[in-house]
Amino acid sequence: MEIEAAMAPYPVRQAAAIDALRIVQRHQGWVSDEAIAELSKLLEMPIAELDGTASFYNLIFRRPVGRHVILACDSVSCWLMDSKKLMSHIAGCLGVDPGRTTADGRFTLLPVVCLGACDRAPAMMIDEDLHTNVDPDRIGEILDKYE
Amino acid sequence: MEMETPLTMNIRPGRRPPDIAAYEKNGGYRAVRKALKGMAPAEVTGAVKDAGLKGRGGAGFDAGQKWSFVPMGEDAPHPKYLVVNADEMEPGAFKDRLLLEGDPHQLVEGAILAAYAVQAEVAFVFLRWEYRLAARQLKQAVAEAYSRGLLGRNIIGSGFSLDLYLHISGGRYICGEETGLLNAIEGKRANPRSKPPYPQTSGLWGKPTVVNNVETICNIPHIVNNGAGWFKGLSRSAEGGTKIYGASGRVRSPGAWELPMGTTLKEVLEEHAGGMQEGYSLRGLLPGGASTDFLTPAHLDVKMDFGSVEAAGSRLGTGTIIVLDDRSCPVGMVLNLERFFARESCGWCTPCWGGLQFIVQLLGDIEAGRGRMEDIDMLASLAGMLAPGHTYCALAPGAAEPLASALRFFREDFERHVHQKRCPWKHA
Repeated sequence: MEIEAAMAPYPVRQAAAIDALRIVQRHQGWVSDEAIAELSKLLEMPIAELDGTASFYNLIFRRPVGRHVILACDSVSCWLMDSKKLMSHIAGCLGVDPGRTTADGRFTLLPVVCLGACDRAPAMMIDEDLHTNVDPDRIGEILDKYE
Repeated sequence: MEMETPLTMNIRPGRRPPDIAAYEKNGGYRAVRKALKGMAPAEVTGAVKDAGLKGRGGAGFDAGQKWSFVPMGEDAPHPKYLVVNADEMEPGAFKDRLLLEGDPHQLVEGAILAAYAVQAEVAFVFLRWEYRLAARQLKQAVAEAYSRGLLGRNIIGSGFSLDLYLHISGGRYICGEETGLLNAIEGKRANPRSKPPYPQTSGLWGKPTVVNNVETICNIPHIVNNGAGWFKGLSRSAEGGTKIYGASGRVRSPGAWELPMGTTLKEVLEEHAGGMQEGYSLRGLLPGGASTDFLTPAHLDVKMDFGSVEAAGSRLGTGTIIVLDDRSCPVGMVLNLERFFARESCGWCTPCWGGLQFIVQLLGDIEAGRGRMEDIDMLASLAGMLAPGHTYCALAPGAAEPLASALRFFREDFERHVHQKRCPWKHA
Protein backbone atom coordinates (compact mmCIF):
# COMPACT_ATOMS: atom_id res chain seq x y z
CA MET A 1 0.00 0.00 0.00
CA GLU A 2 2.70 2.39 1.09
CA ILE A 3 4.69 1.53 -2.02
CA GLU A 4 1.69 1.94 -4.33
CA ALA A 5 1.17 5.42 -2.85
CA ALA A 6 4.82 6.29 -3.55
CA MET A 7 4.18 5.71 -7.26
CA ALA A 8 1.60 8.50 -7.54
CA PRO A 9 3.92 11.30 -8.75
CA TYR A 10 5.45 9.25 -11.55
CA PRO A 11 4.25 8.17 -15.02
CA VAL A 12 5.99 4.76 -14.69
CA ARG A 13 6.14 2.36 -11.74
CA GLN A 14 9.94 1.93 -11.88
CA ALA A 15 10.44 5.57 -10.85
CA ALA A 16 9.29 4.67 -7.34
CA ALA A 17 12.27 2.30 -6.97
CA ILE A 18 14.23 4.42 -4.47
CA ASP A 19 11.09 5.19 -2.46
CA ALA A 20 10.16 1.51 -2.44
CA LEU A 21 13.62 0.37 -1.37
CA ARG A 22 13.58 2.91 1.44
CA ILE A 23 10.15 1.77 2.62
CA VAL A 24 11.41 -1.83 2.80
CA GLN A 25 14.52 -0.65 4.61
CA ARG A 26 12.47 1.30 7.12
CA HIS A 27 10.51 -1.82 8.02
CA GLN A 28 13.26 -4.45 7.79
CA GLY A 29 16.41 -2.43 8.49
CA TRP A 30 18.00 -3.42 5.16
CA VAL A 31 17.09 -4.73 1.70
CA SER A 32 17.51 -8.48 1.21
CA ASP A 33 17.72 -10.43 -2.07
CA GLU A 34 14.20 -11.72 -1.38
CA ALA A 35 12.92 -8.17 -0.98
CA ILE A 36 14.57 -7.15 -4.29
CA ALA A 37 12.85 -10.06 -6.04
CA GLU A 38 9.46 -9.12 -4.56
CA LEU A 39 9.85 -5.43 -5.35
CA SER A 40 10.95 -6.08 -8.93
CA LYS A 41 7.51 -7.53 -9.65
CA LEU A 42 5.74 -4.61 -8.04
CA LEU A 43 7.92 -2.07 -9.88
CA GLU A 44 7.74 -4.00 -13.17
CA MET A 45 11.49 -3.98 -13.68
CA PRO A 46 14.03 -6.82 -13.99
CA ILE A 47 15.62 -8.08 -10.75
CA ALA A 48 19.11 -7.29 -12.05
CA GLU A 49 18.16 -3.72 -12.90
CA LEU A 50 16.59 -3.12 -9.51
CA ASP A 51 19.65 -4.62 -7.82
CA GLY A 52 21.79 -2.28 -9.94
CA THR A 53 19.76 0.66 -8.71
CA ALA A 54 19.76 -0.52 -5.08
CA SER A 55 23.51 -1.08 -4.98
CA PHE A 56 24.28 2.30 -6.56
CA TYR A 57 22.96 4.43 -3.71
CA ASN A 58 25.00 4.50 -0.51
CA LEU A 59 22.01 5.03 1.77
CA ILE A 60 20.27 1.86 0.57
CA PHE A 61 21.71 -0.99 2.62
CA ARG A 62 22.06 -4.33 0.84
CA ARG A 63 23.50 -5.96 3.97
CA PRO A 64 22.11 -6.01 7.51
CA VAL A 65 23.01 -3.01 9.66
CA GLY A 66 22.88 -2.37 13.39
CA ARG A 67 19.93 -0.85 15.27
CA HIS A 68 21.61 2.53 14.86
CA VAL A 69 23.62 3.73 11.87
CA ILE A 70 26.40 6.26 12.40
CA LEU A 71 27.25 8.33 9.32
CA ALA A 72 30.54 10.06 10.11
CA CYS A 73 31.63 12.73 7.62
CA ASP A 74 35.06 12.11 6.09
CA SER A 75 35.04 14.99 3.58
CA VAL A 76 37.37 17.93 3.40
CA SER A 77 35.99 20.54 5.82
CA CYS A 78 35.65 17.95 8.58
CA TRP A 79 39.10 16.58 7.68
CA LEU A 80 40.55 20.06 8.29
CA MET A 81 38.87 19.99 11.71
CA ASP A 82 40.45 16.67 12.66
CA SER A 83 37.67 14.28 11.72
CA LYS A 84 40.26 11.48 11.51
CA LYS A 85 40.60 11.66 15.28
CA LEU A 86 36.82 11.60 15.65
CA MET A 87 36.50 8.55 13.39
CA SER A 88 39.21 6.66 15.28
CA HIS A 89 37.59 7.53 18.64
CA ILE A 90 34.22 6.25 17.46
CA ALA A 91 35.83 3.11 16.06
CA GLY A 92 37.73 2.67 19.34
CA CYS A 93 34.58 3.13 21.43
CA LEU A 94 32.67 0.60 19.36
CA GLY A 95 35.56 -1.80 18.81
CA VAL A 96 34.88 -2.02 15.05
CA ASP A 97 36.44 -0.56 11.92
CA PRO A 98 34.49 1.87 9.69
CA GLY A 99 32.10 -0.12 7.50
CA ARG A 100 31.39 -2.69 10.25
CA THR A 101 28.64 -3.51 12.72
CA THR A 102 29.23 -4.15 16.42
CA ALA A 103 28.89 -7.75 17.59
CA ASP A 104 25.83 -6.87 19.67
CA GLY A 105 24.12 -5.41 16.59
CA ARG A 106 23.74 -2.02 18.22
CA PHE A 107 25.75 0.21 15.85
CA THR A 108 26.97 0.25 12.26
CA LEU A 109 29.72 2.80 11.57
CA LEU A 110 29.85 4.22 8.04
CA PRO A 111 31.97 6.99 6.57
CA VAL A 112 29.83 9.40 4.57
CA VAL A 113 30.38 12.32 2.20
CA CYS A 114 30.06 15.91 3.36
CA LEU A 115 26.89 16.38 5.43
CA GLY A 116 26.57 20.07 4.56
CA ALA A 117 27.32 21.17 8.11
CA CYS A 118 30.86 22.37 7.35
CA ASP A 119 30.53 25.46 9.53
CA ARG A 120 29.99 23.16 12.52
CA ALA A 121 32.67 20.55 11.77
CA PRO A 122 33.32 17.82 12.61
CA ALA A 123 29.84 16.50 11.94
CA MET A 124 28.11 13.14 11.98
CA MET A 125 24.61 11.70 11.93
CA ILE A 126 23.25 8.94 14.12
CA ASP A 127 20.03 7.66 12.57
CA GLU A 128 18.15 10.88 11.72
CA ASP A 129 19.95 13.12 14.23
CA LEU A 130 22.67 15.52 13.15
CA HIS A 131 25.51 16.00 15.63
CA THR A 132 27.84 18.96 15.05
CA ASN A 133 31.04 20.36 16.58
CA VAL A 134 31.54 16.86 17.94
CA ASP A 135 34.24 16.61 20.60
CA PRO A 136 36.01 13.26 20.03
CA ASP A 137 36.63 12.94 23.77
CA ARG A 138 32.90 13.05 24.50
CA ILE A 139 31.80 10.52 21.91
CA GLY A 140 30.90 7.98 24.60
CA GLU A 141 28.24 10.32 26.07
CA ILE A 142 26.61 10.73 22.66
CA LEU A 143 26.62 7.00 21.89
CA ASP A 144 25.06 6.23 25.29
CA LYS A 145 21.83 7.88 24.16
CA TYR A 146 21.30 5.21 21.50
CA GLU A 147 20.28 1.91 23.06
CA MET B 1 21.94 52.43 3.61
CA GLU B 2 21.50 49.01 5.10
CA MET B 3 22.50 46.17 2.84
CA GLU B 4 19.55 44.30 1.37
CA THR B 5 19.41 40.56 2.00
CA PRO B 6 16.30 39.38 0.16
CA LEU B 7 17.09 35.65 0.31
CA THR B 8 17.63 35.53 4.06
CA MET B 9 15.36 38.30 5.33
CA ASN B 10 12.98 35.76 6.89
CA ILE B 11 15.75 33.60 8.34
CA ARG B 12 16.59 33.92 12.03
CA PRO B 13 19.17 31.56 13.51
CA GLY B 14 17.62 29.08 15.90
CA ARG B 15 14.05 30.15 15.04
CA ARG B 16 11.45 28.15 13.18
CA PRO B 17 10.88 29.27 9.57
CA PRO B 18 7.81 31.41 8.83
CA ASP B 19 4.60 29.45 8.25
CA ILE B 20 2.46 30.47 5.30
CA ALA B 21 0.64 33.21 7.22
CA ALA B 22 3.88 34.80 8.44
CA TYR B 23 5.46 34.38 5.01
CA GLU B 24 2.51 36.09 3.27
CA LYS B 25 2.51 38.87 5.86
CA ASN B 26 6.13 39.64 4.87
CA GLY B 27 5.17 39.94 1.23
CA GLY B 28 5.37 36.25 0.37
CA TYR B 29 3.45 34.84 -2.63
CA ARG B 30 2.96 38.40 -3.90
CA ALA B 31 5.18 37.48 -6.87
CA VAL B 32 3.02 34.43 -7.65
CA ARG B 33 -0.13 36.59 -7.66
CA LYS B 34 1.59 39.21 -9.80
CA ALA B 35 2.95 36.75 -12.36
CA LEU B 36 0.09 34.25 -12.66
CA LYS B 37 -2.57 36.97 -12.89
CA GLY B 38 -0.74 39.65 -14.80
CA MET B 39 2.30 38.37 -16.68
CA ALA B 40 2.71 36.02 -19.63
CA PRO B 41 5.17 33.14 -19.05
CA ALA B 42 7.58 34.75 -21.52
CA GLU B 43 7.52 37.94 -19.45
CA VAL B 44 8.66 36.02 -16.37
CA THR B 45 11.49 34.43 -18.35
CA GLY B 46 12.28 37.86 -19.79
CA ALA B 47 12.54 39.41 -16.33
CA VAL B 48 14.94 36.70 -15.18
CA LYS B 49 16.97 37.07 -18.38
CA ASP B 50 17.16 40.85 -17.97
CA ALA B 51 18.33 40.39 -14.39
CA GLY B 52 21.19 38.21 -15.67
CA LEU B 53 20.66 35.68 -12.87
CA LYS B 54 23.47 33.14 -13.07
CA GLY B 55 22.77 29.64 -11.77
CA ARG B 56 23.87 29.31 -8.16
CA GLY B 57 24.54 25.55 -8.23
CA GLY B 58 28.13 26.06 -9.31
CA ALA B 59 28.24 26.27 -13.09
CA GLY B 60 26.90 29.83 -13.28
CA PHE B 61 24.85 29.30 -16.43
CA ASP B 62 22.35 32.08 -17.16
CA ALA B 63 19.03 30.92 -15.66
CA GLY B 64 16.73 32.83 -18.00
CA GLN B 65 18.64 31.55 -21.00
CA LYS B 66 18.33 28.00 -19.67
CA TRP B 67 14.56 28.40 -19.50
CA SER B 68 14.41 29.89 -22.99
CA PHE B 69 15.51 26.55 -24.52
CA VAL B 70 12.31 24.86 -23.34
CA PRO B 71 9.84 24.31 -26.19
CA MET B 72 6.79 26.52 -25.68
CA GLY B 73 3.37 26.84 -27.27
CA GLU B 74 0.65 24.38 -28.17
CA ASP B 75 2.92 21.95 -30.00
CA ALA B 76 5.33 21.58 -27.07
CA PRO B 77 5.55 18.08 -25.60
CA HIS B 78 3.77 17.54 -22.29
CA PRO B 79 4.03 17.14 -19.40
CA LYS B 80 6.98 19.43 -18.84
CA TYR B 81 8.95 19.21 -15.63
CA LEU B 82 10.74 21.53 -13.24
CA VAL B 83 13.32 19.99 -10.91
CA VAL B 84 14.80 21.88 -7.98
CA ASN B 85 18.25 20.52 -7.27
CA ALA B 86 18.46 20.39 -3.47
CA ASP B 87 21.08 17.65 -3.42
CA GLU B 88 23.85 19.89 -1.99
CA MET B 89 26.62 17.29 -1.72
CA GLU B 90 29.61 19.34 -2.83
CA PRO B 91 32.11 18.98 0.02
CA GLY B 92 32.39 22.31 1.80
CA ALA B 93 28.95 23.53 0.66
CA PHE B 94 26.18 24.25 3.16
CA LYS B 95 24.40 27.29 1.72
CA ASP B 96 21.27 25.56 0.38
CA ARG B 97 20.70 23.95 3.78
CA LEU B 98 20.31 27.49 5.18
CA LEU B 99 17.62 28.38 2.62
CA LEU B 100 15.80 25.04 2.85
CA GLU B 101 15.64 24.98 6.63
CA GLY B 102 15.20 28.72 7.07
CA ASP B 103 12.52 29.73 4.55
CA PRO B 104 10.92 26.80 2.70
CA HIS B 105 8.01 28.89 1.35
CA GLN B 106 10.48 31.06 -0.55
CA LEU B 107 11.60 27.92 -2.38
CA VAL B 108 8.02 26.82 -3.07
CA GLU B 109 7.14 30.28 -4.39
CA GLY B 110 10.23 30.33 -6.61
CA ALA B 111 9.37 26.86 -7.93
CA ILE B 112 5.82 27.93 -8.82
CA LEU B 113 7.18 30.92 -10.75
CA ALA B 114 9.86 28.91 -12.57
CA ALA B 115 7.30 26.24 -13.48
CA TYR B 116 4.91 28.94 -14.73
CA ALA B 117 7.65 30.51 -16.86
CA VAL B 118 8.34 27.25 -18.72
CA GLN B 119 4.73 26.00 -18.33
CA ALA B 120 5.69 22.87 -16.41
CA GLU B 121 2.84 20.89 -14.88
CA VAL B 122 4.95 18.86 -12.46
CA ALA B 123 7.79 19.91 -10.17
CA PHE B 124 10.13 17.78 -8.10
CA VAL B 125 12.37 18.94 -5.30
CA PHE B 126 15.32 16.52 -5.31
CA LEU B 127 16.51 16.56 -1.71
CA ARG B 128 19.39 14.62 -0.18
CA TRP B 129 18.21 12.25 2.56
CA GLU B 130 20.56 13.69 5.16
CA TYR B 131 18.67 17.02 5.21
CA ARG B 132 15.99 15.64 7.56
CA LEU B 133 14.94 19.00 9.03
CA ALA B 134 14.67 20.52 5.56
CA ALA B 135 12.46 17.61 4.48
CA ARG B 136 10.07 18.22 7.38
CA GLN B 137 9.94 21.98 6.77
CA LEU B 138 9.38 21.53 3.04
CA LYS B 139 6.60 18.95 3.49
CA GLN B 140 4.84 21.36 5.81
CA ALA B 141 5.28 24.29 3.42
CA VAL B 142 4.04 22.29 0.43
CA ALA B 143 0.96 21.12 2.36
CA GLU B 144 0.20 24.71 3.39
CA ALA B 145 0.62 25.93 -0.19
CA TYR B 146 -1.81 23.27 -1.45
CA SER B 147 -4.36 24.20 1.22
CA ARG B 148 -4.26 27.87 0.15
CA GLY B 149 -4.69 27.03 -3.52
CA LEU B 150 -1.10 28.02 -4.39
CA LEU B 151 -0.35 24.52 -5.66
CA GLY B 152 -2.60 22.03 -7.43
CA ARG B 153 -5.37 22.68 -9.96
CA ASN B 154 -6.03 26.19 -11.22
CA ILE B 155 -3.71 28.07 -8.87
CA ILE B 156 -5.45 31.17 -7.42
CA GLY B 157 -7.93 31.04 -10.30
CA SER B 158 -5.23 31.70 -12.90
CA GLY B 159 -5.84 28.60 -14.99
CA PHE B 160 -2.27 27.42 -14.30
CA SER B 161 -1.87 24.07 -12.51
CA LEU B 162 1.18 22.60 -10.83
CA ASP B 163 1.85 19.58 -8.65
CA LEU B 164 4.98 19.68 -6.52
CA TYR B 165 6.57 16.53 -5.07
CA LEU B 166 9.51 15.92 -2.79
CA HIS B 167 11.93 13.22 -4.01
CA ILE B 168 14.28 12.09 -1.25
CA SER B 169 17.60 10.85 -2.65
CA GLY B 170 19.16 7.47 -1.94
CA GLY B 171 22.59 9.13 -1.72
CA ARG B 172 25.70 9.59 -3.96
CA TYR B 173 27.35 12.87 -4.99
CA ILE B 174 26.74 12.23 -8.69
CA CYS B 175 22.98 12.71 -8.17
CA GLY B 176 23.72 16.44 -8.09
CA GLU B 177 24.83 16.31 -11.74
CA GLU B 178 21.67 17.36 -13.55
CA THR B 179 21.31 14.38 -15.90
CA GLY B 180 22.41 11.90 -13.22
CA LEU B 181 19.71 13.46 -11.09
CA LEU B 182 17.11 12.80 -13.78
CA ASN B 183 18.09 9.13 -13.92
CA ALA B 184 17.82 8.97 -10.13
CA ILE B 185 14.26 10.32 -10.24
CA GLU B 186 13.44 7.73 -12.91
CA GLY B 187 14.51 4.98 -10.49
CA LYS B 188 17.74 4.13 -12.32
CA ARG B 189 21.43 4.29 -11.46
CA ALA B 190 22.43 7.95 -11.44
CA ASN B 191 24.92 7.74 -14.31
CA PRO B 192 25.01 11.08 -16.12
CA ARG B 193 23.59 11.11 -19.64
CA SER B 194 25.38 12.02 -22.82
CA LYS B 195 24.57 15.58 -23.92
CA PRO B 196 23.05 16.70 -26.24
CA PRO B 197 20.12 16.33 -26.02
CA TYR B 198 19.91 18.71 -23.06
CA PRO B 199 17.23 18.28 -20.40
CA GLN B 200 15.36 21.38 -21.58
CA THR B 201 14.29 19.45 -24.67
CA SER B 202 14.64 15.85 -23.46
CA GLY B 203 14.80 15.39 -19.71
CA LEU B 204 12.61 13.30 -17.40
CA TRP B 205 11.06 10.48 -19.45
CA GLY B 206 12.16 12.32 -22.59
CA LYS B 207 10.05 15.39 -21.81
CA PRO B 208 11.25 19.01 -21.53
CA THR B 209 12.78 19.51 -18.09
CA VAL B 210 14.48 22.38 -16.32
CA VAL B 211 16.84 21.72 -13.42
CA ASN B 212 17.66 24.70 -11.16
CA ASN B 213 19.59 24.96 -7.90
CA VAL B 214 17.84 25.95 -4.64
CA GLU B 215 19.51 29.36 -4.37
CA THR B 216 18.73 30.13 -8.03
CA ILE B 217 15.05 29.33 -7.45
CA CYS B 218 14.93 31.41 -4.25
CA ASN B 219 15.99 34.49 -6.26
CA ILE B 220 13.02 34.28 -8.63
CA PRO B 221 10.26 35.77 -6.43
CA HIS B 222 12.42 38.82 -5.69
CA ILE B 223 13.25 39.40 -9.35
CA VAL B 224 9.57 39.15 -10.30
CA ASN B 225 8.61 41.60 -7.53
CA ASN B 226 11.39 44.14 -7.92
CA GLY B 227 12.74 43.87 -11.45
CA ALA B 228 16.09 43.57 -13.16
CA GLY B 229 17.34 47.06 -12.25
CA TRP B 230 16.87 46.44 -8.53
CA PHE B 231 18.54 43.02 -8.82
CA LYS B 232 21.60 44.42 -10.56
CA GLY B 233 21.83 47.16 -7.96
CA LEU B 234 22.25 44.62 -5.17
CA SER B 235 25.62 43.59 -6.53
CA ARG B 236 29.13 45.03 -6.42
CA SER B 237 30.09 43.60 -9.79
CA ALA B 238 28.85 43.13 -13.33
CA GLU B 239 26.85 40.09 -12.17
CA GLY B 240 23.62 40.90 -10.38
CA GLY B 241 22.13 39.98 -7.06
CA THR B 242 23.36 38.80 -3.72
CA LYS B 243 25.23 35.56 -3.09
CA ILE B 244 25.27 33.27 -0.13
CA TYR B 245 28.93 32.87 0.72
CA GLY B 246 30.32 30.55 3.35
CA ALA B 247 33.59 29.68 5.04
CA SER B 248 34.75 26.51 6.77
CA GLY B 249 38.05 25.29 8.15
CA ARG B 250 40.22 27.00 10.80
CA VAL B 251 38.54 30.41 10.70
CA ARG B 252 37.25 32.05 13.90
CA SER B 253 33.57 32.14 12.93
CA PRO B 254 32.69 29.62 10.24
CA GLY B 255 29.28 30.26 8.72
CA ALA B 256 27.24 31.42 5.74
CA TRP B 257 26.30 35.01 4.90
CA GLU B 258 24.20 36.67 2.21
CA LEU B 259 26.33 39.47 0.74
CA PRO B 260 26.42 41.50 -2.46
CA MET B 261 27.66 39.48 -5.44
CA GLY B 262 31.27 40.51 -5.99
CA THR B 263 32.24 40.84 -2.32
CA THR B 264 35.98 40.16 -2.08
CA LEU B 265 37.48 36.99 -0.65
CA LYS B 266 39.21 39.17 1.93
CA GLU B 267 35.98 40.70 3.19
CA VAL B 268 34.27 37.32 3.47
CA LEU B 269 37.19 35.76 5.31
CA GLU B 270 38.21 38.65 7.53
CA GLU B 271 35.02 40.58 8.28
CA HIS B 272 32.48 37.77 8.26
CA ALA B 273 34.47 34.65 9.13
CA GLY B 274 36.54 36.65 11.64
CA GLY B 275 39.95 35.78 10.17
CA MET B 276 42.04 32.77 11.07
CA GLN B 277 41.90 31.06 14.45
CA GLU B 278 44.67 31.88 16.93
CA GLY B 279 47.83 30.02 16.00
CA TYR B 280 46.83 29.30 12.40
CA SER B 281 47.65 31.21 9.24
CA LEU B 282 46.15 31.07 5.77
CA ARG B 283 47.94 28.82 3.27
CA GLY B 284 45.34 28.58 0.52
CA LEU B 285 41.66 28.15 -0.13
CA LEU B 286 39.12 26.53 -2.40
CA PRO B 287 36.72 29.39 -3.25
CA GLY B 288 33.62 27.36 -4.06
CA GLY B 289 33.71 23.79 -2.84
CA ALA B 290 35.85 20.71 -3.42
CA SER B 291 35.81 20.88 -7.21
CA THR B 292 37.39 24.33 -7.58
CA ASP B 293 41.04 25.31 -8.06
CA PHE B 294 43.09 26.45 -5.09
CA LEU B 295 43.71 30.15 -4.66
CA THR B 296 46.33 31.62 -2.32
CA PRO B 297 46.67 34.62 0.05
CA ALA B 298 47.87 36.59 -3.02
CA HIS B 299 44.29 36.34 -4.36
CA LEU B 300 42.46 37.89 -1.39
CA ASP B 301 41.41 40.96 -3.36
CA VAL B 302 39.59 38.83 -5.94
CA LYS B 303 35.88 39.58 -6.14
CA MET B 304 33.71 36.56 -5.50
CA ASP B 305 31.68 36.54 -8.71
CA PHE B 306 31.78 34.02 -11.55
CA GLY B 307 33.80 36.16 -13.96
CA SER B 308 36.35 37.47 -11.45
CA VAL B 309 37.13 34.11 -9.85
CA GLU B 310 37.49 32.55 -13.28
CA ALA B 311 39.89 35.31 -14.32
CA ALA B 312 41.92 34.50 -11.20
CA GLY B 313 42.23 30.87 -12.36
CA SER B 314 39.53 29.15 -10.34
CA ARG B 315 35.72 28.99 -10.19
CA LEU B 316 33.15 30.62 -7.93
CA GLY B 317 31.38 27.25 -7.74
CA THR B 318 29.04 27.25 -4.76
CA GLY B 319 30.71 30.28 -3.17
CA THR B 320 31.44 28.35 0.02
CA ILE B 321 35.13 28.78 0.82
CA ILE B 322 37.23 25.95 2.27
CA VAL B 323 40.27 27.29 4.10
CA LEU B 324 43.61 25.45 4.17
CA ASP B 325 45.65 26.49 7.20
CA ASP B 326 49.42 26.21 7.65
CA ARG B 327 49.11 23.36 10.16
CA SER B 328 47.31 21.06 7.70
CA CYS B 329 49.22 19.22 5.00
CA PRO B 330 48.31 20.30 1.44
CA VAL B 331 49.10 16.81 0.11
CA GLY B 332 46.88 15.29 2.78
CA MET B 333 44.08 17.67 1.87
CA VAL B 334 44.33 16.86 -1.83
CA LEU B 335 44.41 13.14 -0.99
CA ASN B 336 41.20 13.59 1.01
CA LEU B 337 39.58 15.43 -1.94
CA GLU B 338 40.65 12.88 -4.56
CA ARG B 339 39.55 9.94 -2.38
CA PHE B 340 36.16 11.57 -2.30
CA PHE B 341 36.02 11.97 -6.08
CA ALA B 342 37.30 8.44 -6.67
CA ARG B 343 34.66 6.98 -4.36
CA GLU B 344 31.87 9.07 -5.86
CA SER B 345 32.76 8.46 -9.52
CA CYS B 346 29.78 6.64 -11.03
CA GLY B 347 32.16 4.27 -12.83
CA TRP B 348 30.99 5.01 -16.37
CA CYS B 349 33.95 6.83 -17.99
CA THR B 350 37.42 5.26 -17.80
CA PRO B 351 39.51 8.45 -17.35
CA CYS B 352 37.34 9.21 -14.31
CA TRP B 353 37.13 5.92 -12.41
CA GLY B 354 40.49 4.55 -13.52
CA GLY B 355 42.36 7.83 -13.44
CA LEU B 356 41.07 8.77 -10.01
CA GLN B 357 42.01 5.41 -8.51
CA PHE B 358 45.55 5.84 -9.84
CA ILE B 359 45.69 9.41 -8.53
CA VAL B 360 44.62 8.29 -5.07
CA GLN B 361 47.29 5.57 -5.08
CA LEU B 362 50.06 8.00 -6.06
CA LEU B 363 48.95 10.66 -3.58
CA GLY B 364 48.69 8.02 -0.86
CA ASP B 365 52.26 6.90 -1.62
CA ILE B 366 53.60 10.44 -1.49
CA GLU B 367 51.75 11.24 1.75
CA ALA B 368 53.06 8.02 3.31
CA GLY B 369 56.67 8.85 2.34
CA ARG B 370 56.90 6.22 -0.43
CA GLY B 371 56.61 8.68 -3.32
CA ARG B 372 59.09 9.34 -6.11
CA MET B 373 59.71 12.59 -7.98
CA GLU B 374 58.30 11.10 -11.20
CA ASP B 375 55.01 10.45 -9.35
CA ILE B 376 54.51 14.20 -9.10
CA ASP B 377 54.83 14.56 -12.88
CA MET B 378 52.55 11.58 -13.36
CA LEU B 379 49.92 13.29 -11.18
CA ALA B 380 50.11 16.38 -13.38
CA SER B 381 49.63 14.31 -16.50
CA LEU B 382 46.72 12.38 -14.96
CA ALA B 383 45.06 15.68 -14.01
CA GLY B 384 45.28 16.59 -17.70
CA MET B 385 43.51 13.34 -18.60
CA LEU B 386 40.51 14.38 -16.51
CA ALA B 387 40.03 17.54 -18.58
CA PRO B 388 36.62 18.51 -20.01
CA GLY B 389 35.66 16.51 -23.08
CA HIS B 390 37.18 13.23 -21.92
CA THR B 391 34.14 12.24 -19.86
CA TYR B 392 30.34 12.60 -20.02
CA CYS B 393 30.03 14.89 -17.01
CA ALA B 394 31.93 17.46 -14.97
CA LEU B 395 32.95 15.21 -12.05
CA ALA B 396 36.38 14.39 -13.51
CA PRO B 397 37.23 17.96 -14.58
CA GLY B 398 36.10 19.07 -11.11
CA ALA B 399 38.40 16.51 -9.49
CA ALA B 400 41.30 17.75 -11.61
CA GLU B 401 40.95 21.36 -10.45
CA PRO B 402 42.17 21.09 -6.84
CA LEU B 403 44.86 18.59 -7.90
CA ALA B 404 46.35 20.58 -10.77
CA SER B 405 46.30 23.83 -8.80
CA ALA B 406 47.83 22.19 -5.70
CA LEU B 407 50.68 20.90 -7.88
CA ARG B 408 51.17 24.46 -9.06
CA PHE B 409 50.97 26.29 -5.71
CA PHE B 410 52.26 23.64 -3.30
CA ARG B 411 54.77 21.81 -5.48
CA GLU B 412 57.55 22.22 -2.94
CA ASP B 413 55.38 20.57 -0.31
CA PHE B 414 54.95 17.56 -2.58
CA GLU B 415 58.72 17.49 -3.14
CA ARG B 416 59.46 17.73 0.58
CA HIS B 417 57.37 14.58 1.13
CA VAL B 418 59.50 12.77 -1.46
CA HIS B 419 62.85 14.06 -0.17
CA GLN B 420 62.11 13.51 3.53
CA LYS B 421 60.33 10.20 2.86
CA ARG B 422 57.54 11.24 5.23
CA CYS B 423 54.81 13.82 5.68
CA PRO B 424 56.49 16.91 7.21
CA TRP B 425 53.22 17.68 9.06
CA LYS B 426 53.28 14.40 10.94
CA HIS B 427 55.64 14.60 13.87
CA ALA B 428 58.31 11.94 14.04
